[in-house]
Amino acid sequence: MCVTCGCSDDAKVTVTNLQTGEAQAIERPTQPQAQALTHDHHHDHEHAHRHDRDHDHGHHDHEHPHDHSHDHHDHHEHSQPAVLAAVAGMHAVTVDLERAILDKNDRLAERNRAWFEGREILALNLVSSPGAGKTTLLERTIRDLKNEIAISVIEGDQQTLNDAERIKAAGAPAIQVNTGTGCHLEAGMVRKGLESLKPGFGSLLMIENVGNLVCPALFDLGERAKVVVLSVTEGDDKPLKYPHMFRAAELMIVSKIDLAPHVDFDLDRCEAMAREVNPNIRSIRLSARTGTGLTEWYDWLRASRAQGALTAAQ
Amino acid sequence: MHEMGITQSIVAIVAEQAAGRKVKRVTLEIGQLAAIMPDAIRFCFDVVAQGSALDGAALDIIEIPGRARCQDCGAEVALAEVYGHCGCGSRRLERLAGQELNIKSMELEIA
Repeated sequence: MCVTCGCSDDAKVTVTNLQTGEAQAIERPTQPQAQALTHDHHHDHEHAHRHDRDHDHGHHDHEHPHDHSHDHHDHHEHSQPAVLAAVAGMHAVTVDLERAILDKNDRLAERNRAWFEGREILALNLVSSPGAGKTTLLERTIRDLKNEIAISVIEGDQQTLNDAERIKAAGAPAIQVNTGTGCHLEAGMVRKGLESLKPGFGSLLMIENVGNLVCPALFDLGERAKVVVLSVTEGDDKPLKYPHMFRAAELMIVSKIDLAPHVDFDLDRCEAMAREVNPNIRSIRLSARTGTGLTEWYDWLRASRAQGALTAAQ
Repeated sequence: MHEMGITQSIVAIVAEQAAGRKVKRVTLEIGQLAAIMPDAIRFCFDVVAQGSALDGAALDIIEIPGRARCQDCGAEVALAEVYGHCGCGSRRLERLAGQELNIKSMELEIA
């Protein structure tokens, strides 16, 4: 259990389809699947691997436990540790791995991305701290655009089906992913959600991440863009406090601007700080309650969809 | 933060690659802009490694400083933070290094 935010590996992740009521427990997908795969190096030990990965075999001997085995050079055999130690000149041997720690998530995210591109689906990863108004913005967006664009939603929260129920009530199919104690969505969870949600060709998929401005920045879900929502009831210096997230986002939505007159939130200062961290970030100020700024948001969505269709056509 | 989950991934990947052999040392490369605190990884590592092939293994972390190239003047800039400026005033920086999050190598015991 993580002492800072509660991340845990033994947390069961649940995916609930709000349309069918069906709930499925999944294992936390960051843990690599057991693979009979050990890389090998010219100077030392045995080599056991499956043939489902590409890597350099070099000129050494190796064993294929599933089908055949062959030894070309006795001194390379792991069954002769004394010789091995002499070759290595010590009692330990260093094996280069050069593996990205988040490799598994990144690969799953790329699969999701290809799946979206093939179907011209605009997938957006909505991130914010808890309570910034992501779900309220989605409810309003669904109500306003549902006759124009097919929208579906994957909701991420540690617990409860509340948000997915709100989305369903607003008129869009929703899947709730409960991460247990996990503090972010991962590509494998989104994939699981997609299997159940089955978003259609050319549709808009909103992935509402767990409210957290830290960890979701690290985990690619396969989305076209991250959209960070920052409400005026938070500090206007959040872009500097959480630069990774604002750096990763393409669009910043400053929400609840109807409350701006009542709080000390300097909109210009906030946007300047966001640009300090990410010169290319775009900002839209809006209020899902009063409707201010929504046209600009919808235009951004339309333009992003059109851009996706264009890319697919090329 | 997320270092616990990251450490679990590290231990799982290395244990898998070690295929039952005892791991004496693990070397990581962590960029200083990667949003990962090496101290938090060190803190988690011993706990997570317990009972695995990595139990008792040493952990070396090579920290890689942030570097970027200015997209306006082409100069190379050192980055201490995830964002920064070039001497020419530009903020349009292409990151060259500092975001690494890799398992570089493992040292296996030879029986």
